[in-house]
Amino acid sequence: MKVQVLGTGCAKCKQLLANAEQAVREAGAPAEVEKVEDIQAILKFGVMTTPALAIDGKVKASGRVLSPQEIRKLLTV
Amino acid sequence: MGRFVKGDIGGAGCCGAPPAERKRVGAGHWPLLLLAAAAWWLLYRHLAGIAGFLTYGALRLTRGARLGASVEFFLFEVPKVLMLLTLIVFGVGIIRSFFTPERTRRILAGRRESVGNVLAALLGVVTPFCSCSAVPLFLGFVEAGIPLGVTFSFLVAAPMVNEVALVLLFGMFGWKVAGLYLATGLLVAMAAGWIIGRLHLERHVEEWVYQVRMGAGAEESGPLTRTERLARGREAVREVVGRVWPYVVAGIAVGAGIHGYVPEGLMASFMGKSAWWAVPAAVALGVPMYSNAAGIVPVVQALMEKGAALGTALAFMMSVIALSLPEMIILRRVLKPRLIATFVAVVATGILLVGWVFNAVL
Repeated sequence: MKVQVLGTGCAKCKQLLANAEQAVREAGAPAEVEKVEDIQAILKFGVMTTPALAIDGKVKASGRVLSPQEIRKLLTV
Repeated sequence: MGRFVKGDIGGAGCCGAPPAERKRVGAGHWPLLLLAAAAWWLLYRHLAGIAGFLTYGALRLTRGARLGASVEFFLFEVPKVLMLLTLIVFGVGIIRSFFTPERTRRILAGRRESVGNVLAALLGVVTPFCSCSAVPLFLGFVEAGIPLGVTFSFLVAAPMVNEVALVLLFGMFGWKVAGLYLATGLLVAMAAGWIIGRLHLERHVEEWVYQVRMGAGAEESGPLTRTERLARGREAVREVVGRVWPYVVAGIAVGAGIHGYVPEGLMASFMGKSAWWAVPAAVALGVPMYSNAAGIVPVVQALMEKGAALGTALAFMMSVIALSLPEMIILRRVLKPRLIATFVAVVATGILLVGWVFNAVL
Protein backbone atom coordinates (compact mmCIF):
# COMPACT_ATOMS: atom_id res chain seq x y z
CA MET A 1 0.00 0.00 0.00
CA LYS A 2 1.26 3.44 -0.88
CA VAL A 3 0.14 6.57 0.90
CA GLN A 4 1.04 9.83 -0.81
CA VAL A 5 0.73 13.28 0.69
CA LEU A 6 0.51 15.93 -2.03
CA GLY A 7 1.57 19.44 -1.12
CA THR A 8 4.13 22.07 -1.96
CA GLY A 9 5.53 22.39 1.53
CA CYS A 10 3.15 24.58 3.49
CA ALA A 11 2.52 24.00 7.18
CA LYS A 12 -0.79 22.24 6.50
CA CYS A 13 0.96 19.76 4.21
CA LYS A 14 3.49 18.95 6.93
CA GLN A 15 0.65 18.40 9.37
CA LEU A 16 -1.07 16.01 6.97
CA LEU A 17 2.18 14.12 6.43
CA ALA A 18 2.60 13.76 10.20
CA ASN A 19 -1.01 12.59 10.56
CA ALA A 20 -0.57 10.05 7.74
CA GLU A 21 2.59 8.67 9.32
CA GLN A 22 0.85 8.41 12.68
CA ALA A 23 -2.15 6.65 11.12
CA VAL A 24 0.04 4.09 9.35
CA ARG A 25 1.99 3.46 12.55
CA GLU A 26 -1.14 3.02 14.64
CA ALA A 27 -2.84 0.81 12.10
CA GLY A 28 0.28 -1.31 11.77
CA ALA A 29 -0.41 -1.36 8.05
CA PRO A 30 2.34 -2.38 5.65
CA ALA A 31 2.21 0.99 3.92
CA GLU A 32 4.87 3.43 2.85
CA VAL A 33 4.21 7.13 3.23
CA GLU A 34 5.57 9.44 0.57
CA LYS A 35 5.52 13.20 0.13
CA VAL A 36 4.93 14.58 -3.37
CA GLU A 37 6.17 18.17 -3.66
CA ASP A 38 6.57 18.73 -7.38
CA ILE A 39 3.70 20.85 -8.64
CA GLN A 40 3.47 19.07 -12.00
CA ALA A 41 3.36 15.68 -10.30
CA ILE A 42 0.62 16.97 -7.98
CA LEU A 43 -1.41 18.16 -10.96
CA LYS A 44 -1.18 14.73 -12.55
CA PHE A 45 -3.39 13.62 -9.69
CA GLY A 46 -5.94 16.25 -10.75
CA VAL A 47 -5.68 18.03 -7.41
CA MET A 48 -6.43 21.76 -7.28
CA THR A 49 -6.23 22.32 -3.55
CA THR A 50 -3.38 21.19 -1.37
CA PRO A 51 -2.78 19.37 0.86
CA ALA A 52 -4.24 16.22 -0.62
CA LEU A 53 -4.00 12.56 0.26
CA ALA A 54 -3.77 9.71 -2.22
CA ILE A 55 -3.79 6.00 -1.48
CA ASP A 56 -2.45 3.64 -4.15
CA GLY A 57 -2.56 6.47 -6.67
CA LYS A 58 -6.17 7.43 -5.99
CA VAL A 59 -6.98 10.82 -4.46
CA LYS A 60 -9.03 10.39 -1.30
CA ALA A 61 -9.23 13.96 -0.05
CA SER A 62 -7.97 17.38 -1.06
CA GLY A 63 -7.85 20.78 0.59
CA ARG A 64 -8.21 19.38 4.08
CA VAL A 65 -5.94 18.15 6.82
CA LEU A 66 -7.41 14.77 7.65
CA SER A 67 -7.06 13.60 11.22
CA PRO A 68 -5.07 10.39 11.91
CA GLN A 69 -8.39 8.67 12.70
CA GLU A 70 -9.87 9.64 9.32
CA ILE A 71 -6.76 8.38 7.52
CA ARG A 72 -6.89 5.10 9.47
CA LYS A 73 -10.42 4.55 8.24
CA LEU A 74 -9.22 5.03 4.66
CA LEU A 75 -6.36 2.59 5.24
CA THR A 76 -8.55 -0.23 6.48
CA VAL A 77 -11.16 -0.04 3.70
CA MET B 1 9.96 27.16 -15.39
CA GLY B 2 9.30 29.62 -12.61
CA ARG B 3 11.23 29.77 -9.43
CA PHE B 4 9.88 27.48 -6.78
CA VAL B 5 9.28 28.86 -3.36
CA LYS B 6 9.87 26.46 -0.55
CA GLY B 7 8.68 26.68 2.97
CA ASP B 8 5.90 28.50 4.71
CA ILE B 9 4.73 31.94 3.81
CA GLY B 10 4.11 33.28 7.27
CA GLY B 11 1.78 32.70 10.11
CA ALA B 12 -1.08 35.10 9.50
CA GLY B 13 -2.61 33.44 6.44
CA CYS B 14 -4.59 30.26 6.01
CA CYS B 15 -1.42 28.37 5.16
CA GLY B 16 -0.45 28.01 8.80
CA ALA B 17 -0.66 24.65 10.48
CA PRO B 18 -4.12 23.96 11.87
CA PRO B 19 -4.46 23.56 15.62
CA ALA B 20 -4.28 20.04 16.94
CA GLU B 21 -7.31 17.83 16.62
CA ARG B 22 -9.45 17.66 19.73
CA LYS B 23 -11.80 14.91 20.79
CA ARG B 24 -15.04 15.29 18.91
CA VAL B 25 -18.36 15.50 20.65
CA GLY B 26 -20.85 13.19 18.95
CA ALA B 27 -22.28 15.08 15.98
CA GLY B 28 -25.85 15.42 14.81
CA HIS B 29 -27.26 16.44 18.16
CA TRP B 30 -29.91 18.94 17.20
CA PRO B 31 -31.07 19.71 20.77
CA LEU B 32 -27.46 20.46 21.66
CA LEU B 33 -27.15 22.76 18.67
CA LEU B 34 -30.33 24.63 19.59
CA LEU B 35 -29.21 24.94 23.18
CA ALA B 36 -25.86 26.37 22.03
CA ALA B 37 -27.67 28.87 19.79
CA ALA B 38 -29.94 29.97 22.63
CA ALA B 39 -27.01 30.37 25.02
CA TRP B 40 -25.13 32.31 22.34
CA TRP B 41 -28.01 34.72 21.81
CA LEU B 42 -28.62 35.26 25.53
CA LEU B 43 -24.96 35.98 26.24
CA TYR B 44 -24.60 38.18 23.15
CA ARG B 45 -27.52 40.40 24.15
CA HIS B 46 -26.09 41.02 27.61
CA LEU B 47 -22.46 41.70 26.66
CA ALA B 48 -22.76 45.47 27.09
CA GLY B 49 -24.22 45.07 30.57
CA ILE B 50 -21.56 42.56 31.58
CA ALA B 51 -18.74 44.78 30.27
CA GLY B 52 -20.17 47.76 32.14
CA PHE B 53 -20.54 45.79 35.35
CA LEU B 54 -16.98 44.41 35.13
CA THR B 55 -15.48 47.83 34.40
CA TYR B 56 -17.33 49.99 36.88
CA GLY B 57 -18.54 47.39 39.39
CA ALA B 58 -15.85 44.75 39.71
CA LEU B 59 -12.81 46.89 38.77
CA ARG B 60 -14.24 50.08 40.35
CA LEU B 61 -13.05 52.38 37.56
CA THR B 62 -14.54 55.87 37.32
CA ARG B 63 -17.31 56.36 34.81
CA GLY B 64 -16.35 58.89 32.11
CA ALA B 65 -12.60 58.65 32.79
CA ARG B 66 -10.17 57.64 30.04
CA LEU B 67 -9.06 54.35 31.54
CA GLY B 68 -12.65 53.32 32.21
CA ALA B 69 -13.69 54.10 28.63
CA SER B 70 -10.79 52.05 27.24
CA VAL B 71 -11.36 49.05 29.52
CA GLU B 72 -15.11 48.99 28.90
CA PHE B 73 -14.52 49.18 25.13
CA PHE B 74 -12.10 46.25 25.32
CA LEU B 75 -14.28 44.08 27.57
CA PHE B 76 -17.28 44.65 25.32
CA GLU B 77 -15.68 44.34 21.88
CA VAL B 78 -13.47 41.28 22.41
CA PRO B 79 -16.23 38.83 23.37
CA LYS B 80 -18.64 40.43 20.92
CA VAL B 81 -16.35 40.05 17.90
CA LEU B 82 -15.19 36.57 18.89
CA MET B 83 -18.78 35.39 19.36
CA LEU B 84 -19.86 36.81 16.00
CA LEU B 85 -16.78 35.29 14.39
CA THR B 86 -17.53 31.83 15.80
CA LEU B 87 -21.13 31.96 14.59
CA ILE B 88 -20.38 33.21 11.09
CA VAL B 89 -17.32 31.02 10.50
CA PHE B 90 -19.40 28.00 11.53
CA GLY B 91 -22.12 28.98 9.06
CA VAL B 92 -19.64 29.72 6.28
CA GLY B 93 -17.90 26.39 6.91
CA ILE B 94 -21.22 24.63 6.33
CA ILE B 95 -21.99 26.68 3.19
CA ARG B 96 -18.52 25.94 1.81
CA SER B 97 -19.06 22.21 2.25
CA PHE B 98 -21.44 22.52 -0.71
CA PHE B 99 -18.73 23.99 -2.95
CA THR B 100 -15.40 22.56 -4.04
CA PRO B 101 -12.80 24.08 -6.37
CA GLU B 102 -13.45 21.17 -8.76
CA ARG B 103 -17.14 22.02 -8.90
CA THR B 104 -16.43 25.72 -9.36
CA ARG B 105 -14.11 24.84 -12.21
CA ARG B 106 -16.85 22.83 -13.89
CA ILE B 107 -19.31 25.72 -13.51
CA LEU B 108 -16.87 28.26 -14.95
CA ALA B 109 -15.56 26.16 -17.83
CA GLY B 110 -16.98 27.30 -21.14
CA ARG B 111 -18.49 30.55 -19.84
CA ARG B 112 -18.36 33.73 -21.86
CA GLU B 113 -16.16 36.46 -20.41
CA SER B 114 -18.63 38.95 -18.93
CA VAL B 115 -20.94 36.34 -17.40
CA GLY B 116 -17.86 34.39 -16.38
CA ASN B 117 -16.39 37.38 -14.49
CA VAL B 118 -19.59 37.86 -12.49
CA LEU B 119 -19.91 34.15 -11.71
CA ALA B 120 -16.22 33.78 -10.86
CA ALA B 121 -16.34 36.66 -8.36
CA LEU B 122 -19.45 35.23 -6.69
CA LEU B 123 -18.00 31.71 -6.58
CA GLY B 124 -14.77 33.14 -5.21
CA VAL B 125 -16.66 34.06 -2.05
CA VAL B 126 -18.17 30.63 -1.36
CA THR B 127 -15.47 28.29 -2.64
CA PRO B 128 -12.96 27.18 -0.03
CA PHE B 129 -9.69 28.81 -1.04
CA CYS B 130 -6.31 29.37 0.51
CA SER B 131 -3.57 31.42 -1.13
CA CYS B 132 -1.14 28.51 -0.72
CA SER B 133 -3.30 26.61 -3.22
CA ALA B 134 -3.34 29.53 -5.67
CA VAL B 135 -0.93 27.83 -8.10
CA PRO B 136 -2.68 24.45 -8.53
CA LEU B 137 -6.00 26.28 -8.70
CA PHE B 138 -4.71 28.65 -11.38
CA LEU B 139 -3.33 25.71 -13.39
CA GLY B 140 -6.59 23.81 -13.04
CA PHE B 141 -8.58 26.79 -14.30
CA VAL B 142 -6.27 27.37 -17.27
CA GLU B 143 -6.33 23.68 -18.15
CA ALA B 144 -10.14 23.73 -18.20
CA GLY B 145 -9.99 26.57 -20.73
CA ILE B 146 -11.37 29.20 -18.37
CA PRO B 147 -10.36 32.65 -19.72
CA LEU B 148 -7.51 34.42 -17.93
CA GLY B 149 -9.71 37.38 -16.92
CA VAL B 150 -12.35 35.10 -15.41
CA THR B 151 -9.66 33.27 -13.44
CA PHE B 152 -8.48 36.61 -12.09
CA SER B 153 -11.98 37.60 -11.01
CA PHE B 154 -11.94 34.48 -8.87
CA LEU B 155 -8.42 35.12 -7.56
CA VAL B 156 -9.34 38.68 -6.53
CA ALA B 157 -12.70 37.89 -4.94
CA ALA B 158 -11.58 34.81 -3.00
CA PRO B 159 -9.25 36.59 -0.57
CA MET B 160 -10.91 40.03 -0.69
CA VAL B 161 -14.42 39.12 0.35
CA ASN B 162 -13.70 36.91 3.32
CA GLU B 163 -15.83 36.07 6.30
CA VAL B 164 -13.42 37.38 8.91
CA ALA B 165 -13.36 40.86 7.36
CA LEU B 166 -17.13 40.84 6.97
CA VAL B 167 -17.73 39.83 10.58
CA LEU B 168 -15.37 42.46 11.89
CA LEU B 169 -16.91 45.16 9.73
CA PHE B 170 -20.40 44.10 10.75
CA GLY B 171 -19.49 43.93 14.43
CA MET B 172 -17.67 47.25 14.58
CA PHE B 173 -19.34 49.38 11.89
CA GLY B 174 -22.76 47.79 11.37
CA TRP B 175 -24.41 46.00 8.48
CA LYS B 176 -24.32 48.97 6.08
CA VAL B 177 -20.55 49.18 5.97
CA ALA B 178 -20.25 45.37 5.84
CA GLY B 179 -22.71 45.34 2.93
CA LEU B 180 -20.83 48.12 1.13
CA TYR B 181 -17.63 46.17 1.56
CA LEU B 182 -19.18 43.00 0.13
CA ALA B 183 -20.74 44.80 -2.83
CA THR B 184 -17.73 46.93 -3.76
CA GLY B 185 -15.35 44.01 -3.20
CA LEU B 186 -17.31 41.91 -5.69
CA LEU B 187 -17.49 44.82 -8.10
CA VAL B 188 -13.72 45.38 -8.00
CA ALA B 189 -13.14 41.63 -8.57
CA MET B 190 -15.53 41.52 -11.53
CA ALA B 191 -14.18 44.70 -13.13
CA ALA B 192 -10.50 43.91 -12.53
CA GLY B 193 -10.90 40.44 -14.07
CA TRP B 194 -12.78 41.86 -17.03
CA ILE B 195 -10.10 44.50 -17.68
CA ILE B 196 -7.29 41.93 -17.39
CA GLY B 197 -9.19 39.81 -19.91
CA ARG B 198 -9.45 42.78 -22.32
CA LEU B 199 -5.71 43.41 -22.10
CA HIS B 200 -4.95 39.97 -23.63
CA LEU B 201 -2.02 39.10 -21.44
CA GLU B 202 -2.03 35.36 -22.10
CA ARG B 203 1.57 35.43 -23.30
CA HIS B 204 2.66 36.75 -19.90
CA VAL B 205 1.71 33.47 -18.30
CA GLU B 206 4.69 31.11 -17.98
CA GLU B 207 4.81 28.82 -21.02
CA TRP B 208 4.87 25.54 -19.08
CA VAL B 209 1.43 26.36 -17.68
CA TYR B 210 -0.15 25.64 -21.06
CA GLN B 211 1.52 22.23 -21.26
CA VAL B 212 0.07 21.01 -17.99
CA ARG B 213 -2.36 18.13 -18.24
CA MET B 214 -4.34 17.36 -15.17
CA GLY B 215 -5.31 13.93 -13.95
CA ALA B 216 -8.72 12.66 -13.00
CA GLY B 217 -8.80 14.05 -9.47
CA ALA B 218 -10.57 12.71 -6.45
CA GLU B 219 -13.20 10.10 -6.99
CA GLU B 220 -16.68 11.50 -6.43
CA SER B 221 -17.69 10.31 -3.03
CA GLY B 222 -21.30 11.45 -3.21
CA PRO B 223 -22.86 14.29 -1.24
CA LEU B 224 -21.79 14.78 2.36
CA THR B 225 -24.14 13.86 5.15
CA ARG B 226 -25.62 16.50 7.46
CA THR B 227 -23.32 15.29 10.24
CA GLU B 228 -20.30 15.70 8.00
CA ARG B 229 -21.33 19.23 7.05
CA LEU B 230 -21.69 20.18 10.72
CA ALA B 231 -18.25 18.69 11.28
CA ARG B 232 -16.89 20.92 8.48
CA GLY B 233 -18.41 23.92 10.24
CA ARG B 234 -16.72 22.99 13.51
CA GLU B 235 -13.46 22.35 11.66
CA ALA B 236 -13.66 25.85 10.17
CA VAL B 237 -14.26 27.40 13.59
CA ARG B 238 -11.30 25.58 15.09
CA GLU B 239 -9.06 26.57 12.21
CA VAL B 240 -10.12 30.17 11.55
CA VAL B 241 -11.03 31.38 15.03
CA GLY B 242 -8.05 29.48 16.43
CA ARG B 243 -5.80 31.40 14.05
CA VAL B 244 -7.17 34.93 14.19
CA TRP B 245 -8.18 35.41 17.82
CA PRO B 246 -4.81 36.80 18.95
CA TYR B 247 -5.01 39.40 16.17
CA VAL B 248 -8.55 40.32 17.20
CA VAL B 249 -7.54 40.76 20.84
CA ALA B 250 -4.41 42.77 19.95
CA GLY B 251 -6.31 44.93 17.46
CA ILE B 252 -9.08 45.69 19.92
CA ALA B 253 -6.52 46.46 22.63
CA VAL B 254 -4.91 49.11 20.40
CA GLY B 255 -8.36 50.31 19.37
CA ALA B 256 -9.36 50.57 23.03
CA GLY B 257 -6.30 52.71 23.72
CA ILE B 258 -7.18 55.04 20.84
CA HIS B 259 -10.80 55.07 21.96
CA GLY B 260 -9.94 56.30 25.43
CA TYR B 261 -6.83 58.41 24.90
CA VAL B 262 -6.74 59.99 21.42
CA PRO B 263 -8.58 63.35 21.33
CA GLU B 264 -11.68 63.76 19.14
CA GLY B 265 -11.06 65.05 15.64
CA LEU B 266 -7.29 64.43 15.64
CA MET B 267 -7.55 62.11 12.64
CA ALA B 268 -9.79 64.46 10.64
CA SER B 269 -6.85 66.54 9.42
CA PHE B 270 -4.91 63.71 7.79
CA MET B 271 -7.36 60.84 7.42
CA GLY B 272 -10.48 62.92 6.85
CA LYS B 273 -12.54 63.41 3.72
CA SER B 274 -10.80 66.62 2.69
CA ALA B 275 -7.40 64.94 2.41
CA TRP B 276 -7.56 63.45 -1.12
CA TRP B 277 -4.15 61.84 -0.80
CA ALA B 278 -5.24 59.84 2.25
CA VAL B 279 -6.80 57.11 0.04
CA PRO B 280 -3.70 56.43 -2.10
CA ALA B 281 -1.58 56.55 1.05
CA ALA B 282 -3.86 53.99 2.69
CA VAL B 283 -3.66 51.70 -0.36
CA ALA B 284 0.13 52.03 -0.60
CA LEU B 285 0.39 51.15 3.07
CA GLY B 286 -2.09 48.29 2.82
CA VAL B 287 -0.73 46.36 -0.17
CA PRO B 288 2.45 44.99 1.44
CA MET B 289 0.59 44.09 4.64
CA TYR B 290 -0.72 40.58 4.82
CA SER B 291 -3.95 39.12 6.10
CA ASN B 292 -4.14 40.96 9.36
CA ALA B 293 -7.66 42.22 8.73
CA ALA B 294 -8.61 40.76 12.08
CA GLY B 295 -6.24 43.09 13.86
CA ILE B 296 -6.68 46.09 11.60
CA VAL B 297 -10.45 46.61 11.62
CA PRO B 298 -10.68 47.48 15.33
CA VAL B 299 -7.85 50.00 14.97
CA VAL B 300 -9.46 51.56 11.90
CA GLN B 301 -12.80 51.72 13.68
CA ALA B 302 -11.26 53.60 16.59
CA LEU B 303 -9.50 55.97 14.16
CA MET B 304 -12.77 56.67 12.39
CA GLU B 305 -14.37 57.63 15.66
CA LYS B 306 -11.73 60.33 15.85
CA GLY B 307 -12.52 61.73 12.41
CA ALA B 308 -11.00 59.43 9.78
CA ALA B 309 -13.18 58.94 6.68
CA LEU B 310 -14.99 55.71 5.77
CA GLY B 311 -13.72 55.53 2.18
CA THR B 312 -10.13 55.77 3.37
CA ALA B 313 -10.73 53.04 5.93
CA LEU B 314 -12.41 50.73 3.40
CA ALA B 315 -9.64 51.23 0.86
CA PHE B 316 -7.07 50.37 3.50
CA MET B 317 -8.92 47.19 4.51
CA MET B 318 -9.33 46.04 0.92
CA SER B 319 -5.72 46.56 -0.04
CA VAL B 320 -4.52 44.67 3.02
CA ILE B 321 -6.65 41.62 2.26
CA ALA B 322 -6.88 41.51 -1.53
CA LEU B 323 -3.26 42.13 -2.43
CA SER B 324 -0.47 40.56 -0.49
CA LEU B 325 3.22 40.13 -1.10
CA PRO B 326 3.33 36.38 -0.26
CA GLU B 327 0.55 35.66 -2.73
CA MET B 328 2.41 37.57 -5.46
CA ILE B 329 5.51 35.49 -4.75
CA ILE B 330 3.46 32.30 -5.01
CA LEU B 331 1.83 33.45 -8.27
CA ARG B 332 5.24 34.29 -9.73
CA ARG B 333 5.63 30.57 -10.42
CA VAL B 334 2.91 30.75 -13.06
CA LEU B 335 2.82 34.44 -14.04
CA LYS B 336 5.51 36.63 -15.55
CA PRO B 337 6.35 39.86 -13.70
CA ARG B 338 4.48 42.05 -16.16
CA LEU B 339 1.20 40.22 -15.57
CA ILE B 340 1.66 40.35 -11.80
CA ALA B 341 2.35 44.09 -12.02
CA THR B 342 -0.77 44.60 -14.16
CA PHE B 343 -2.83 42.55 -11.71
CA VAL B 344 -1.66 44.65 -8.76
CA ALA B 345 -2.12 47.92 -10.65
CA VAL B 346 -5.65 47.12 -11.83
CA VAL B 347 -6.86 45.92 -8.43
CA ALA B 348 -5.18 48.80 -6.58
CA THR B 349 -6.80 51.30 -8.95
CA GLY B 350 -10.20 49.72 -8.32
CA ILE B 351 -9.71 49.99 -4.57
CA LEU B 352 -8.55 53.58 -4.94
CA LEU B 353 -11.75 54.46 -6.81
CA VAL B 354 -13.87 52.76 -4.14
CA GLY B 355 -12.16 54.86 -1.47
CA TRP B 356 -12.61 58.13 -3.33
CA VAL B 357 -16.22 57.46 -4.29
CA PHE B 358 -17.19 56.69 -0.69
CA ASN B 359 -15.41 59.73 0.66
CA ALA B 360 -17.23 61.86 -1.90
CA VAL B 361 -20.70 60.33 -1.50
CA LEU B 362 -20.99 59.60 2.21
